[in-house]
Amino acid sequence: MKQLFYSRIGESVYKETLSNGLEILVVPRSGFAKKYAFFATRYGGMDTRFHLDGQWLDTPAGIAHYLEHKMFDTEEGNALQELATNGAEPNAFTSNAMTGYYFDSTEHFEENLRILLSFVSIPYFTEESVEKERGIIGQEIRMIEDNPDWQLYTRMMQCLYGENPVRTPIAGTVESISHITAETLYHCHKAFYNPANMVLTVVGDVDPKRVVEIAREILPAEKGGVIRRDYGNEPMEVYEKESSLTMEVSSPQFLVGFKCRPAGEGEEYLRLAAIGDIACDILLGDSSPLYLRLYDEGLINTSFGGSFEMLPGVAYLYAGGDSKESRRVAREIFLEAQRLVREGIDEDFYQRTCRAAFGSNLRGLNSFENVAVSLTEGYFNGYDPFRFPEIFDSITKADIVEFLRENITEERSVFSEILPKEE
Amino acid sequence: MDVIRKQLADGVNLTYLQARKFKTSLLSAQFVVPLREDTASANALLCAVLRRGTVTYPDMGTLAARLDKLYGASIDYTVRKKGETQCIGFVASLIDDSFAPGGEKLLEPVAALLGELICDPATERGRFVRGYFESEKNNLLDAIRSLINDKRDYADRRLMQELCAGEPYGISRLGSEVTAGKLQPKKLYTQYRELISTARLELFYSGSADIRRVESALQSAFSALPRKVIRERCAVLPHAAREEVNYVTDTMDVTQGKLGMGFSCGSTDHTALLMGNTLFGGSSNSKLFMNVREKLSLCYYASSIYHRQKGLITVSSGIEFENYQRAYDEIMAQLSAVQHGELEEWELQGARSTLLNAYASMGDSQGKLENFYLGQAATGHEETPEMLADEIRTLTPQRIYDAMETVKLDTVYFLKGKETAE
Repeated sequence: MKQLFYSRIGESVYKETLSNGLEILVVPRSGFAKKYAFFATRYGGMDTRFHLDGQWLDTPAGIAHYLEHKMFDTEEGNALQELATNGAEPNAFTSNAMTGYYFDSTEHFEENLRILLSFVSIPYFTEESVEKERGIIGQEIRMIEDNPDWQLYTRMMQCLYGENPVRTPIAGTVESISHITAETLYHCHKAFYNPANMVLTVVGDVDPKRVVEIAREILPAEKGGVIRRDYGNEPMEVYEKESSLTMEVSSPQFLVGFKCRPAGEGEEYLRLAAIGDIACDILLGDSSPLYLRLYDEGLINTSFGGSFEMLPGVAYLYAGGDSKESRRVAREIFLEAQRLVREGIDEDFYQRTCRAAFGSNLRGLNSFENVAVSLTEGYFNGYDPFRFPEIFDSITKADIVEFLRENITEERSVFSEILPKEE
Repeated sequence: MDVIRKQLADGVNLTYLQARKFKTSLLSAQFVVPLREDTASANALLCAVLRRGTVTYPDMGTLAARLDKLYGASIDYTVRKKGETQCIGFVASLIDDSFAPGGEKLLEPVAALLGELICDPATERGRFVRGYFESEKNNLLDAIRSLINDKRDYADRRLMQELCAGEPYGISRLGSEVTAGKLQPKKLYTQYRELISTARLELFYSGSADIRRVESALQSAFSALPRKVIRERCAVLPHAAREEVNYVTDTMDVTQGKLGMGFSCGSTDHTALLMGNTLFGGSSNSKLFMNVREKLSLCYYASSIYHRQKGLITVSSGIEFENYQRAYDEIMAQLSAVQHGELEEWELQGARSTLLNAYASMGDSQGKLENFYLGQAATGHEETPEMLADEIRTLTPQRIYDAMETVKLDTVYFLKGKETAE
């Protein structure tokens, strides 16, 4: 196994690629009782149209998430139970671009790892068991549909993107999941759960060689092909300017989103992620001039915040919270971007924002889950997230200004709001 | 893992945990006061107002700039409920000195800032800055009103309010909209002076620095803290169990119903009740998860919490409105199963392992450690996670059944949708 060292952040990573294409990453952490394993496939809510066995397949919205639910079923019963009996805390999530299964445990690590690799790689479900899940997922969808944060965000994405499937809710709708059958689930598993499309990441005080041995022993030896996916041809223009919905909430909430030019794969992806993060802090982070002014004027409160996000072929910056004058706040955001482009960024403010961003990235390494997810994302998009200190070194004020100039404009912006119901 | 408890001054205690494995250090300063209807909102507001500025860093801008320079150290105000006490203060997280690219020492300046936020707030004419008071009061009111937005949380909170009506445990950590609306700047300042001179202060540190350095940083940071007669810790009053079940229904424009059930526990065998609750609804292996969700597909979530300090168990679930009775019956049936020992060996094994895993991995998270030891200090308990784990190991199944036998339904809360006239 190859071991890479990152002295500036006190980390190292063991790497191995199996002959079936599986990437294995082990991050040693001595002194921790907990061991964490994360097994992920590059398959998420946005992968609804793909090429399998010589033809394009269109699958219902929410299928990756549905499959995640069903993967815990095994011939013997349920993997969740098996893991929990060993004291492991298992769970899984489906995001736009990946599905990840994980557990943490302080004991029986190797046995738990075998269970994890085995249930994720061997599908076992019937029409009946698929049918039964529909009620559970239906309730999960109902629950998130009642959640104003989710509504706000989903509607913003639907304004930003017209073609890219990132606009579709990850869990689908009660209607879309009604079309999911055991057969389609098997197809999706076959296409995306092949080791060449997956990564296994382990964080903790473990023997990296044993991890590799166990993966070799449990997972299929043959290598699957590369899966072609269709994300549509998304233009740079936004799809719709705004969305408004009334719900049982206490006060108006809003999000303003800016469609940003996406990066290609590799280190450019990481670089844009870092530029977008710093730009977001400079523009509207909680020590930015804009934030301080709006907070002082009572236009925003501590619920206000923003973030820069990237997915394959997708990049957007968004911000929001509760505000009685949300449209004014939205307007102030791109006016501030214009001001920064025109007047430049104060040197002292820039330096300390970069310092704070470094500290915040370093702090993120305390979380095993965060470490595993970012290494996985890095692998899927062709970069190494532990190189963030070097990437930070390479970023200049000019990069930030250029990012703001191109992306944070009125025409790239969309507005999503939730208004309280009038009695 | 060695935990050191040390008194630094009258009513000021330090909990020190040395750990070299983290990238960060955590430093926390928390006042522990009784949770009371008339003071809860004021205490919550106090933290927010104090966070706005100090004598040296008089506004959010200068404070934020200071924290950015300390490599993005964060200082967040926290308002927590532990038993029937309210814990208010600040939690700071800073990167470990060994990762500061310039080799700077960060513990001392962050401790100093923490001390200043508490002892030396920005004031005008002997009171808090008017503008800070007004805007944070509005924020607090917004925060209390916005509790309705997350329906799951809202339903859990409403259940607790009804279950413990008239008891401090039923009070929300932020207090109520009515009391918050009445807050006045002058009274708030008086309450602040009273707080810092009479409330117990719990300090907590986890990180690589040795104890002498931590002690000396904190002694110097809090040297200006006035200390008068320190109030005693208040005991938690036992829940007054109802003779007849209290049924409460709220109606709202929602698509999913929320069923909450509150139970009182007659037994004081905490270890047995904790384990009993884990079997009932405390894990993804529990009776509620396996039956209400997996077997009957009635919901996405159905889980239960054991409230150790108050001797209560609460169940929370999200269901279709028309499944109310089925879910209710099934939850009761599963409780009965635990009470009668209708359990398989793997269930017992699983619940035991779940709890042992949680205790064993607590030392891997600075946030969990701080929260755990604050809870212990606030409620007058001294067990370490290791000691609690030992109690689980020696627990017999019969003790679980006996303790769970005393669990009685007390209050049922249902949040349902409006009838649609279509």
